[in-house]
Amino acid sequence: MEVAQIAGEAREAFESGATRSYFWRKSQLRALKELLLEKEAEICEALRLDLAKNRFEAYRDEVGLMVKSVDCALWNLKKWMAARKVDLPLICIPCSGKVVPEPLGVVLIFSSWNFPIGLSLEPLIGAVSAGNAVVLKSSELAPASSSFLANNMPKYLDNKAVKIVEGGSDVGEQLLEHKWDKIFFTGSQRVGRTVMTAAAKHLTPVALELGGKCPAIVDSLSSSRDIKVTISRLASGKWGSSSGQACIGIDYVLVEEKFAPVLVDFLKAKIKKYYTGPENIARIVNKQHFQRLSNLLNNPSVAASVVHGGSLNHDILYIEPAILLDPPLESEIMTEEIFGPLLPIITLKKIEDSIRFIKERPKALAIYAFTHDEKLKKRIIEETSSGSITFNDTIIQFACDSLPFGGIGQSGFGKYHGKFSFDLFSHENQ
Amino acid sequence: MADDGRLAAGGESAGELVKGLRENYYSGRTKTYKWRAAQLKGILKMIDEKEEEIMAALFEDLSKPKLESFAHEISLARSACVLALKELHRWMKPEKVSSMLSVFPSSAEIVTEPLGLVLVISAWNYPFLLAIDPVIGAISAGNTVVLKPSEISPSTSALFARLLPDYVDGSCIKVVEGSIPETTALLEQKWDKILYTGNARVGRIIMSAAAKYLTPVILELGGKCPVVVDSDVNLNVTSKRIAVGKWGSNNGQACIAPDYIITTKSFAPKLAEALKITLEKFYGEDPLKSEDLARVVNSNHFARLTKLLDDEKLSGKIVHGGMKDEKNLKIAPTLLLDVPHDSLIMEEEIFGPLLPIITVDNIEKCFDLINSKPKPLAAYLFTKNKKLEEKFVKDVSSGGMLINDTALHFANPNFPFGGVGESGMGSYHAKFSFDAFSHKKAVLHRSFAGEVSARYPPYTTKKQKFLRALLTGNIIGLILALFGWPKS
Repeated sequence: MEVAQIAGEAREAFESGATRSYFWRKSQLRALKELLLEKEAEICEALRLDLAKNRFEAYRDEVGLMVKSVDCALWNLKKWMAARKVDLPLICIPCSGKVVPEPLGVVLIFSSWNFPIGLSLEPLIGAVSAGNAVVLKSSELAPASSSFLANNMPKYLDNKAVKIVEGGSDVGEQLLEHKWDKIFFTGSQRVGRTVMTAAAKHLTPVALELGGKCPAIVDSLSSSRDIKVTISRLASGKWGSSSGQACIGIDYVLVEEKFAPVLVDFLKAKIKKYYTGPENIARIVNKQHFQRLSNLLNNPSVAASVVHGGSLNHDILYIEPAILLDPPLESEIMTEEIFGPLLPIITLKKIEDSIRFIKERPKALAIYAFTHDEKLKKRIIEETSSGSITFNDTIIQFACDSLPFGGIGQSGFGKYHGKFSFDLFSHENQ
Repeated sequence: MADDGRLAAGGESAGELVKGLRENYYSGRTKTYKWRAAQLKGILKMIDEKEEEIMAALFEDLSKPKLESFAHEISLARSACVLALKELHRWMKPEKVSSMLSVFPSSAEIVTEPLGLVLVISAWNYPFLLAIDPVIGAISAGNTVVLKPSEISPSTSALFARLLPDYVDGSCIKVVEGSIPETTALLEQKWDKILYTGNARVGRIIMSAAAKYLTPVILELGGKCPVVVDSDVNLNVTSKRIAVGKWGSNNGQACIAPDYIITTKSFAPKLAEALKITLEKFYGEDPLKSEDLARVVNSNHFARLTKLLDDEKLSGKIVHGGMKDEKNLKIAPTLLLDVPHDSLIMEEEIFGPLLPIITVDNIEKCFDLINSKPKPLAAYLFTKNKKLEEKFVKDVSSGGMLINDTALHFANPNFPFGGVGESGMGSYHAKFSFDAFSHKKAVLHRSFAGEVSARYPPYTTKKQKFLRALLTGNIIGLILALFGWPKS
């Protein structure tokens, strides 16, 4: 089908008014849940084909997480949709005021290849909850997941109002020529700019979910139990979700010089225990990214800083988890987002220096900090800027529907998840 | 702008200006409650001490009647400031939110932080309010600000440049006067948020420029705001409220002023008659001489409005007014009845004292008409019919909506003010301003306890069961999995 025809049909479906009703929204959410539950095996298989994600990871990060998000929307939908009464000042008496959330219209969602199911469905849940018609452009870099969605979404969802378009950047460009009421984009800064520029032509509001280098600050911990917990969470935050190909994955670690050897030793042991081979960790998505990552390692002074791992298997696009100790700060691995299983550890004199280190760089989507020091926590909250901060853990803020998820500065703008998704795709009419 | 790219004679370039502001922002002083409150108090003091000067500037720019200047600009700016000062502590407080089972045990909060550097580009029709109101919001949220007032209202622009530095921290809050070259130079810099009030054409330029640095924008644009009048209304009250919303708001040069009326064929003559009587009562026999009407802002807009009126399709449609005084840039309140849909006046935003009345056979037809046009910033309905009111709220998409009155909602700090579609994006006012210029940072606190090994490899069947129960919120399943009992 032509892009123009798809956009036109979605517009028609929205204008028919069908998507506005509570009943429609609820039925779509239920259908989505059914899709997730009935097709779990197929989804996991698609994720295996696209990224060699193992079954467990696929369920945890995509299927299970989406079931949780659909449940959250189903549970709260009525409350979200209710009109909000507001107090009126003296000048307006006598009359009553209320704010009614209404759908925006037809929403275009660009999803990404690293969590090809989750990053498609999470915004879709929000857009449908808010009563919009939706066109989803899935990522061509995760072809199995894309074709899974293309084959199954129409079977479960109202295919007049919820559509999927497969294809590459040419299709993306065609889609951007049309007028949408909101564009939700997950991906790189470069494409984010293109999307926003195209949106300006039609005055379409956009939400951009981009990446950035997410630091993890690790204080010099003394208790061996704390160290053990920290190492598990660090390792899982770097290698456990799509092998570091995650926008909220840890990009690098900041640690005091004296604590670095302990950290490196424990991390090495953890890798040897859990992330032993290609069967336990996702692969690199494609040759281009494999090449990009191996180029990062090719820089001689970067290669010299590797203290563990980093072996490459070109045939199966596998990169062994790597730890680098103090690679040069001006090298590409420390100036570009890594988006892969390479973990630089940067040493500082004092852990407080981490604040300055982070402030001097573009704003990250997430900051992680492992510490007991309440004063340091307070300083991190007040002095740094990022989409989110998680203390003493990694990644799980993504699963917390009561927290807004989104970037700031170079990591994007617009917040979603839970009620924030509903608001993002609604207009508050007075 | 000076030829060498400086923003003012002897001044700095846009690049230097932004660099200085960014350094001052990184010093962290704008983040404190003390700094924010001091700036707001400064603005309040300026408003109180310089009320006469502000009114004089507004009169020079638009012949705005003093009462209008006071009621629609000065007092609203003042109350925005007072409200921000009163609420600031509460707004700045982190919001505790319940954390979820899936991340138990933990505590979660949302912390607001400033965005950084804010650029406010304001409009000429409410040159004081539309400049200072967003600045108040940006300051409340702890940002550094550059205000670019409209060059089309030069007296108010000069007033800001002269007064503001005396009352606020001039190292973090700046005024840049100028027109296209200055605006272009400012837009080439990196901002953390841009708020623009004006028209859709420039709105597009602003958003494209912002895309280069991935800067979020708020666009407050206009649109044709419809007024639907049912035939069961109190004519006297309705016509007064329409008149004050249209001509009492800067003589129609307001983004939320009624643009056109939709009413039934049979009721239209009665409504027109009532409006005529109201207009004579409000503005006398010769409205061109009335001191209670603002003038058209400049000769360009005068020519634009004249062209709308001279449209051949409108011949014989003027039922009241139509007089012009080019020298003093005055146009009388003008009513046009039964205007054809394809006339120029129905295709673009009027933004002046002309009010066309469109007639329909049945009032329910208003929905098709409104929805066939781009989404307006405001939509008004006068009716006693509850069913019609409900349908209006449900079926019409607009920035704001008011039943049985006009333009009042701008005064309400509890409403978000902002457009949708062609009328713009993003909203502000009071707490909404604070939020618009703040970043909501998610903060999740976890302890080292509560370790759930099911998250980590090696991945076993038992772990998968546990995870399944956790993510689907199945408490019983969770307990069963924890103890390793098989789930039936």
